[in-house]
Amino acid sequence: MSAQIFPRNANAFVWVSIIGLVALIGATVAALIGLYLSPWYTDVGVPKAQPVPFSHKHHVDQLKIDCRYCHATVERAAHAGFPSTDTCMSCHSQVWTNSPLLQPVRDSYRTGDPILWRRIYDLPDFVYFNHSVHVAKGIGCASCHGRIDQQHLAAKAQPLFMGWCLGCHRNPEENVRPRDEVFNMAFDPLSLPLEERVQLVEAYQIPTDGRLTNCYVCHR
Amino acid sequence: MAQPSRTWIGSRLARMAWLPLCLLLVACHVDMYDQPRYQPNQTSAFFSDGRAMRPPVENTVAMGSFDPNSPLLTGKVNGELTAELPVELTAELLEHGRTRYNAYCAPCHGLAGDGNGVIAYRGDMQVPSLHQDRLRTVAIGYFFDVITNGINRMYSYAARIPPEDRWAVAAYVRALQLSQFANVNDLSAEERQQLGVTGRVE
Repeated sequence: MSAQIFPRNANAFVWVSIIGLVALIGATVAALIGLYLSPWYTDVGVPKAQPVPFSHKHHVDQLKIDCRYCHATVERAAHAGFPSTDTCMSCHSQVWTNSPLLQPVRDSYRTGDPILWRRIYDLPDFVYFNHSVHVAKGIGCASCHGRIDQQHLAAKAQPLFMGWCLGCHRNPEENVRPRDEVFNMAFDPLSLPLEERVQLVEAYQIPTDGRLTNCYVCHR
Repeated sequence: MAQPSRTWIGSRLARMAWLPLCLLLVACHVDMYDQPRYQPNQTSAFFSDGRAMRPPVENTVAMGSFDPNSPLLTGKVNGELTAELPVELTAELLEHGRTRYNAYCAPCHGLAGDGNGVIAYRGDMQVPSLHQDRLRTVAIGYFFDVITNGINRMYSYAARIPPEDRWAVAAYVRALQLSQFANVNDLSAEERQQLGVTGRVE
């Protein structure tokens, strides 16, 4: 019988190493998930610098301008429609005509070169989202874009994870609202009793047989 | 020879060592996220003006958007502004016109058409009231024409309001005008009571 090679505390050392290694892997995975969900990766709530510091709070909340004044195709096309310089100038040829903040708008109007706004929401190209059908079926702007009427500089309100899309496609009655409240940012769909929302889902003919969660609904 | 040696298994495993690397690399793959096609309002390195959305070639129109003989698209009959609505007048049309009017016109013209919209107020502009004799008697095609081509300081709204919607707005403007210029004697007895009017008013 030969003498023991390891000292007595070697057992503890092995256990500490094993537990430590598992904890390290766990912590790394947790940190990566945390990063993936954090605004550092999703940009939620992080405003982007724009050529003109356009404020939705001022235009929507204070001046009560309808969403469609600028996003004119939201009811009839997939793309909500980004305002052309002409749209800005339909008011700003009269209002704030000397503001230095609006110099890029006036330059763009004079030269015809577009203003290079930075996109806030960018879905992956394999997702075919259509604004018009959501608006037509009583989904309000605020359901996805949050209270953008309270934001001075626009920022994402949703990370647009697929699970979040599916949540609504499984239970449309959680987000559906009367059609004339679609552009009302302050309206809360949950202020309606559930029976009324279920009736709206039926009236809008939103399929509840599971078709809305088929892959091809969004991935075509 | 029946049992493979330990070193053989070791070298076999070593040859598979690149597999975990794949897991790291797939995360960097964004080909499908950003496919080589243009999206609305995207920039383009191909066209000299830098835009992916192509403006129509000069002196061209989109198919179906132009017909010089169509009152629906021009607001005119034989060169004269049409006095007749080229679409069917329904309650839905007026309701649709109301939403368009409130979205596109009310900022300057005001919800009631009196020229007291919030932009007119903030910009210190004199916006003409829609309730003046000239506009009450003008042919309905005039409103279509003004929305389409703009007038004075008002820009064209043709890019934002399709022709059918422009007629809905024109019809709604007529309804607004009536709302401010109705004859008391045309009201029902109940409505007259709400106004505190009894009997005929001359």
